[in-house]
Amino acid sequence: MPKLTSLQDAIAQHVHDGDMVYAAGFTHLIPFAAGHEIIRQRRKNLILARATPDLIYDQMVAAGCAQKVIFSYMGNPGVGSLRIVRSAIEKGELDWEEYSHFGMISRLQAGAAGLPFMPMNQTAATDLESANPLIQRVTDPYSGREVIVVPALTPDVAIVHAQRADANGNAHLWGIIGEQKEVAFAAKRVILTAEEIVDESVIRSDPNRTMIPGFIVSAVCHVPGAAHPSYAQGYYDRDNEFYLAWDKISADPALTQAYLDEWVYGVKDRAEYWQKLGAEKLTKLQVEARVSAAVNYGKY
Amino acid sequence: MDYSSAELMIVNAARLLKDGDVVFVGVGQPNMACNLAKRTHAPNLTMIYEAGVIGAEPAHLPLSIGDPTLVSGALSVVSMYDIFSNYLQRGNVDVGFLGGAQIDRFGNINATLIGSDYAHPKIRLPGSGGAQEIAAWANRCYIMTPHQKRRFPEKVDFLTSAGYLGGAGGREKAGLRGKGPIGVVTDLGFMQPDETGELILTALHPGKSAQMAIENTGWALKVAAHLQTTQPVTEHELKILREELDPTGIYLKGG
Repeated sequence: MPKLTSLQDAIAQHVHDGDMVYAAGFTHLIPFAAGHEIIRQRRKNLILARATPDLIYDQMVAAGCAQKVIFSYMGNPGVGSLRIVRSAIEKGELDWEEYSHFGMISRLQAGAAGLPFMPMNQTAATDLESANPLIQRVTDPYSGREVIVVPALTPDVAIVHAQRADANGNAHLWGIIGEQKEVAFAAKRVILTAEEIVDESVIRSDPNRTMIPGFIVSAVCHVPGAAHPSYAQGYYDRDNEFYLAWDKISADPALTQAYLDEWVYGVKDRAEYWQKLGAEKLTKLQVEARVSAAVNYGKY
Repeated sequence: MDYSSAELMIVNAARLLKDGDVVFVGVGQPNMACNLAKRTHAPNLTMIYEAGVIGAEPAHLPLSIGDPTLVSGALSVVSMYDIFSNYLQRGNVDVGFLGGAQIDRFGNINATLIGSDYAHPKIRLPGSGGAQEIAAWANRCYIMTPHQKRRFPEKVDFLTSAGYLGGAGGREKAGLRGKGPIGVVTDLGFMQPDETGELILTALHPGKSAQMAIENTGWALKVAAHLQTTQPVTEHELKILREELDPTGIYLKGG
C-alpha cells in the first residue's frame, strides 16, 4: 500500500471530527502545515493534546476545531501567554486536562510501550492531584512507598514532522526530539510530514537516526517548510519575529480572523503559503551548514 | 554605577552557581544568569534545557528554551522522557532555577492560576511545565523574582511546585529527594529558609533596606540576626550581560 500521499488526502482520510490529535514537538518541527490543513478541512470537536501547545493550537482553537486541550505548559515559547487557548479556558469555552511535563510525557511513554500506566516519583504537587483525578497513587510493592501513576495516552492521530523520510515512512529526526518517537508509538494512526523524501538507502546509511519505523506510519507527505514559523534543525531557522507578532495578532479577535483568512483559508497548501511568505523570508531563515563528523558503521 | 532591577537579580543569581554544577536552565532571566556564570566564575557549568539539550553552548541568547542554537555544538540531545527520568528524577541535576506568579512563606510556587477555583480561574497561567519536577528533584533550587507584595502572599492560590510545603520536614515526609528552594533572589536582597522552613530576609543589596523588603512581602517577614549585604554589581558583569548576552535589552530592561 503506497503511503506517500498529499497532505490534503492524509488529513481527509485519517483525521475525523472528535478525534484526539497530538501534533508533536517541543518548539522544534512543529507540524504547522498539517494544523493549517485541519483548519481548512474544518474539523470539529477535536481533543488537542501536546505537552507544550503553542501557536498552532491557538490557531486551531481560534478556528473552532477543538473542544478540549490536554497539556503541561500552555504558552507562546519565549514570548508569554498563549492568548486564545488561555482566554477560551478563562471564559469556560474550552475544556482542559492538565499535567506536569513529566506526567504528560510519562502518559505517552506508557501508551508507546503498551502499558496501562506509568509510575513516577512523588513531587508533592497535591493541588494538581486534586484537580485531575486521572493522577493517582499506588503503593510500590517492593518498598511499600507510594508512587504517582498516570494512565497511558493513546491519541487517535499523531502528527510528526521529520527532516527526512523514505516513501514508507522510515524517518530520520535530529535536533530537539521532544516526544515525537513516544507519540508515534502511542497513537493509533501516524501522519508523517517530511522536509525531504529520500531513498531507503539514505535511511539505511544511518539506522541509529531512525526515530520512527515506517510500519507504524499511516501516511507520508512531502511538505518542505511544514514547520514554519517553527524550525527544522539544519534546514531553516525559527521565525522568532512571527512568534513575537502572534502575541499582538492573538490579542485581537479581528486580527486573528484576518490572519486565518489570509494565511490558512487563503492559501491552498504549504507551497502557496511559502510563495506568499516570499523569497526574502526564506533567505532570512536560511542557516549555514554545520555538518556532524561522519559515522563509520563498517561493511560486514 | 547604574543598573536595572533585572540586572541586579541576574548578577546575584549567577553568583549562586558553582563551577562544575549541572544546572537545569529556564527561559529568560535564569538563562541570562547561567550564561553569565559560565562566562565568569563557572566555565565548567553544564547547562541542561528541558527540551532535552545537555551541555548547550548557545552562540547567542535563545528566545525560547527550544531554539536551534542550543542544539548545535551541544554535548547531547535526548528525548523529553529521558531528560526528566534519567537526568532529573535520577538525581543528576545539581541546580534548578524557578520563577512563578506567587511564592509563599514556605517557598511553595504557583504557576497555574490566580483565583480560588481551579475550574473557573480568574487568571489562567501557563502551568507547571517541568517546574513541578525541578522543584522536587534538583539537588538545590533557587527562585528569582522581583520583590512585590502580590508575588509573595502568605499562601499560594495553587501549589504548582513544592517548596517546604507546610514547613520544615514537609519535603522529607512527602518523599522529595532535593533540598528545595534554598535561596530566593529578589531585587531587594535574598530570602532563605530558617529552621522552620519559613523564608526570612538574610541579605540586602547595597542601598536597599529591610523595611522595603518587609513592606513588599505578604507575610510578616522576619529579618535574620546577621543581615548580610551583597557584593556590588561589577562593570565586568554588566559588560558581559549588555554586550554579549542581551545586546537588545529584551531581558535586562525590566524588573
